[in-house]
Amino acid sequence: MVGWGSIFQVVVDAISLGSLYALAALGIGLIFGIMRLINFAHGDFITIGAYSLIVPSSAALATTFIGTWSTPLMVAAVVLIVMGFALATEAVVFRPMRNAHPAVLLIGSFAVSFFLQNAVLMIYTSRPKSVNIWSELGEAVEIFGIHTAPLEFVTIGVTIVLLVSLALFITRTTYGTQMRAASEDFAMARLLGVKADRVIAMAFAISGILAAVISLFMVARQGYLFYRMGVPIVIFAFVATIIGGMGSLVGAALGGFLLGTLTTVLQVVLPDDIKEARDAFAFTIVVLILLLRPEGLIAGRVTAERV
Amino acid sequence: MTAASLLRRAWPVLALATILIVLVVIIDLMGVSIAKLAATEALVKMVVVIGLYIFIGNTGIVSFGHISFMAIGAYMAAWLTCCPPVKGTLMHGLPDFIIATQVPNLEAALAAGVAAALFALLIGSALMRLTGIAPAIAMFGVLMIVYVGYSAWDSVTLGRSSIFGLPTYINHWVALWWALAALAAAYLYQISRWGLAAIAARDDEFAAKAAGINIYRMRLISFVLSGFFVGIGGALFAHFLGGVSTSLFYLDMTFLTLAMLVVGGMNSLSGAVLGVVALSTVIEILRRFESGVELGSASVQLPSGAQEIALAVIMLLVLIFRPTGITRSREILFPWPFGRPVPITMATGQTSISNVDDTRRSTPPN
Repeated sequence: MVGWGSIFQVVVDAISLGSLYALAALGIGLIFGIMRLINFAHGDFITIGAYSLIVPSSAALATTFIGTWSTPLMVAAVVLIVMGFALATEAVVFRPMRNAHPAVLLIGSFAVSFFLQNAVLMIYTSRPKSVNIWSELGEAVEIFGIHTAPLEFVTIGVTIVLLVSLALFITRTTYGTQMRAASEDFAMARLLGVKADRVIAMAFAISGILAAVISLFMVARQGYLFYRMGVPIVIFAFVATIIGGMGSLVGAALGGFLLGTLTTVLQVVLPDDIKEARDAFAFTIVVLILLLRPEGLIAGRVTAERV
Repeated sequence: MTAASLLRRAWPVLALATILIVLVVIIDLMGVSIAKLAATEALVKMVVVIGLYIFIGNTGIVSFGHISFMAIGAYMAAWLTCCPPVKGTLMHGLPDFIIATQVPNLEAALAAGVAAALFALLIGSALMRLTGIAPAIAMFGVLMIVYVGYSAWDSVTLGRSSIFGLPTYINHWVALWWALAALAAAYLYQISRWGLAAIAARDDEFAAKAAGINIYRMRLISFVLSGFFVGIGGALFAHFLGGVSTSLFYLDMTFLTLAMLVVGGMNSLSGAVLGVVALSTVIEILRRFESGVELGSASVQLPSGAQEIALAVIMLLVLIFRPTGITRSREILFPWPFGRPVPITMATGQTSISNVDDTRRSTPPN
């Protein structure tokens, strides 16, 4: 018997999971739009954000440091740290590689990801470490007849705020206009006076902010750190950008929500014995989209090449 | 064709084969079992990387999913050669004839290659129509699908547990023969009509099309041949370890094999071979250091993860400062004074992946 309560529950789960995917997909989509780089290391920015909450050490028991600060301070610190890593990666690795082929850039980001993961492994070891932040948000309360954690609603709310501010930034400010111009035609934008380094750095900075927010929500949700915790979410975000259409930000966000809905629904609908193969369905969809509608649901501005 | 021109033509592959044989003979004579093991592992990986090269090098399409062929080959070999009692009970989802038969090792390796090649044919006939960065992403999707699928398919693959008890017949000699076979096949392919057509399409897609090359078919041939050798590499790896597990054939292996190819030079067979030799050596040295080494009076021990970090740094340095790899993506030159070899690739000192902006789909001229 499926009641309204459980349907509402699924909807809330779907949207809050979709929010995380959408934020991650935007982080990837922003950079892809401008420099054709699929940043596989985005997941490791998320991991770094999560690990920044604790004191670097290989001890089994994590000592929280930034994680004990008041929320505004903690958010600001994590955002700054992740942004710093994102900008450093750009300056050290991706700037010299800027003119490489997209596939070579992808290999490069793979290498960066591997580097960051193993750096975390080396410093903190591969043991999962338990960390609690915002534990009061994680306790289920009864809302509209269903049991759900306020965290889900906070995730959704924060995501909406971030999406709206990003949209305003992109459409209403000079920097935003420059970013849009750069993703439309990078060479032309440069000719018209858009500074390449600055636009790309800005894309990385924003993508770092988004990664930091995701990392906090992930820690609050799962309560532990793992040196590869960012990998699954970046893979899903990657899928979301393809579903939505590479190079389209609206598409990336939409793809994130769609994917969140899809995985949540599959989790409920699939029989138990093939539940584990759920992710395989998600990737089958990706391959099918690439084959049948490679431009994604919302075609980006990069259109067909003419000879 | 005169003997001299034949020699000249076969020079790169002869040179590479000689290097490998000499290295293996030296290691064999040294008689250190750790070195023999390391050489065996490197040669098995070489089969995989040469397989990877057959596709990536000749078509210029980077694939992030070839390790799925390795998984398919490894599991096929495991099903055909492993432990009959376990097969009947734990892997009851297998077809009866596989449960009933026990296949000799060589045939099992070939069957693994054929299985991977068939899978490559199946997915390739759809994916090879894609252009630009789309096939790279789609292959990544294939990697995920095979990994998740095999991890969840308990009745056939034992899911996330490992299958143990495979015959461990791979020593450095067996691995050497397979590496030489892959080397010869890759070279024959790249100087063949099909290989040259694929390289032409890599260097200039539109000119190749205008010259009447069926790009789709050329890429598919390359993909299937490449799948065959990566599949065999998977089987060899399974027998080298004596067991298989899905986590072996995922992101780490993808990264490692791609790193070997990139560091050596993506667009030449010499790059594939020397990349494996170079990185395997580095990895082996770091491995020693990770387990602790006495240097004079001091003992040095690197923390775990150092090996991977070094690998990533080497790869990034190569990507940034020498994107064509240590061989500059050229084949080994025929020694003076006999003249230069027949040019195989049009290596120009730059990445010869074409500059076509890759998110765009190419449309046939109207």
